[in-house]
Amino acid sequence: MNGYNCVVCIKQVPDTNKVTGDAMKADGTINRAALPAVFNPEDKCALEAALQVKETYGGTVTVITMGLPAAAAILREALMCGADRAVLVTDRKAAGSDTLATSYILSQAVKKFSPDLVFCGRQAIDGDTAQVGPQIGEKLDCAVVTYLEKLELDGSVAVATRDIGTGVETCRAKLPALFTVTEKFGELRPYQMRLVMKHKNAEPETLSCDDIGCEAERCGFAGSPTSVNKIQSVVLAGGEFKEIPATDEGVSGLVGELIKDHTIG
Amino acid sequence: MKNTQGEVWVFAEQEDGKLSEVPFELLGKARELAGRLGVKVGAVLMGYGVEGLAAELFAGGADTVHLIDDPELKVFRNKAYRHAMVELVKEENPQIVIFGATHMGRDLAPAVASALRCGLTADCTDLQIGDYEDKKTGEKFENVLHQIRPAFGGNIIATIVNARNWPQMATVREGVMKPMVRDESRKGEVVRHSSHLEGVEIPTEVVEIVRRVSSVNLKGSRIIVVGGAGVGSKENFKLIRDLAAALGGAFGGSRAAVDLGYCEHERQIGQTGVTVRPALMISCGVSGAVQHLAGMKDSAKIIAINTDRDAPIFQVAHYGIVGDLNAVIPAMIKAIKNKGQDNG
Repeated sequence: MNGYNCVVCIKQVPDTNKVTGDAMKADGTINRAALPAVFNPEDKCALEAALQVKETYGGTVTVITMGLPAAAAILREALMCGADRAVLVTDRKAAGSDTLATSYILSQAVKKFSPDLVFCGRQAIDGDTAQVGPQIGEKLDCAVVTYLEKLELDGSVAVATRDIGTGVETCRAKLPALFTVTEKFGELRPYQMRLVMKHKNAEPETLSCDDIGCEAERCGFAGSPTSVNKIQSVVLAGGEFKEIPATDEGVSGLVGELIKDHTIG
Repeated sequence: MKNTQGEVWVFAEQEDGKLSEVPFELLGKARELAGRLGVKVGAVLMGYGVEGLAAELFAGGADTVHLIDDPELKVFRNKAYRHAMVELVKEENPQIVIFGATHMGRDLAPAVASALRCGLTADCTDLQIGDYEDKKTGEKFENVLHQIRPAFGGNIIATIVNARNWPQMATVREGVMKPMVRDESRKGEVVRHSSHLEGVEIPTEVVEIVRRVSSVNLKGSRIIVVGGAGVGSKENFKLIRDLAAALGGAFGGSRAAVDLGYCEHERQIGQTGVTVRPALMISCGVSGAVQHLAGMKDSAKIIAINTDRDAPIFQVAHYGIVGDLNAVIPAMIKAIKNKGQDNG
């Protein structure tokens, strides 16, 4: 085999770690403009995994994202770290996609590149669902290996170490395979100066839902079985907390509150 | 596909032939939901040589145990489990299927939902039965599953519904739902099903599993009390243990507390230790390094006690007590004991 064809699915997300008081609008919806858009942290680890495969065994790394044209920023970052090819799936039809529709569209895009290995971050910090990776794997009907910590390749078999919560598992997966990668895999390497110059104005290849053969009724709102019934802003967002006086009465009142709402007792 | 008489199912996750606490937490919730709907609770038990676990599931609240016993299911593998589960759902048509938001549940549930093309809500902290009106079409739905979860880094609480493509599926956080008191006299029916795995290629093979040996079960605790460097000494850490004992919870330490020898390494909470999401976390004398916060910020309710008002721990706390833990903890223990008596 002449190296491995790797595809990495990445996402641009609002930086929920930097949520401040003005991150939520008065009506309880998210003020996306108040938050910087960043390369989802675990997707960086997924890219690192792919770059290591390329380094050790040869091959290519293609990064794919679905999003608005502004998401090209993280594709450029990926190119500056050593990815070979960057693809942006952008289409109005994709708007409103839940995890099922997102995984469908991404799986259609991934199929176009017939990869040996697909890498996804375990989860994105805006939703923390960890659903899209396994759902892409199901749609590709390939081996699915979640929570990857270590990876070696032996011809057409991947030998993977993964975190299973109650321990660590070593498994052999027949390629093609999809991996979801956690922070434990390791950090993404820094940009390479040479590539920064080369790619600072790079425009990714763009694909529409039609380009990748998506059925319209499986994309966006139409293809999303879940709907949001209600959103409540967490009143204490932005580092505010309810202060309890450090007195016997204060503490006793708090304990009473916890018993009343069945948290304790 | 919409079967309003369908059972409410829980995925009865087992490893090495043992059930963890998670299926029992799910069963507790499933009983409540099934009661509202007037239907039965089913537990899906998959594995090899696991039939003996059915009695425990009945005691925990199941009416039916759907058993798939097959050598191919001895250890969890996504393809094998998802295939068997998908076929079972198609055969039996449950209306709700809930999984623990464990490593296994968060691996399996999305793949099953993908294959069935139905919705799935991750990491719910509550589930309720309620109505839903689609504001766009004006369509009304009765008795659908309201799936409640924090989102956006915990800054919003969203209620998600999946009114059309049933079954309604959700994963539920560990340690949030209350199991019912086990009733060994409860009986139920074991229904055997085929795995439908004959001729199905499973692309992964498990070579080895090394379990973490731990006598400490922080992950499974509903209530955790954590001490940090602010506790001051190993002797004084007794306060943390005492508060945990008064609450019937577990105790742990920040990395600083572990490094200072206040408590054992296996009790370390944070990115390099255990990640926990209990129903209640009481953080005492912990300043709140980012790595620590990463391992506990998803707790449903956080109370922080610290002398430093600017400590980062207050950024993730729901309740804050700016004060000396040496005074606050004894007051808290006293209040818990008093209230306990009030309630008989």
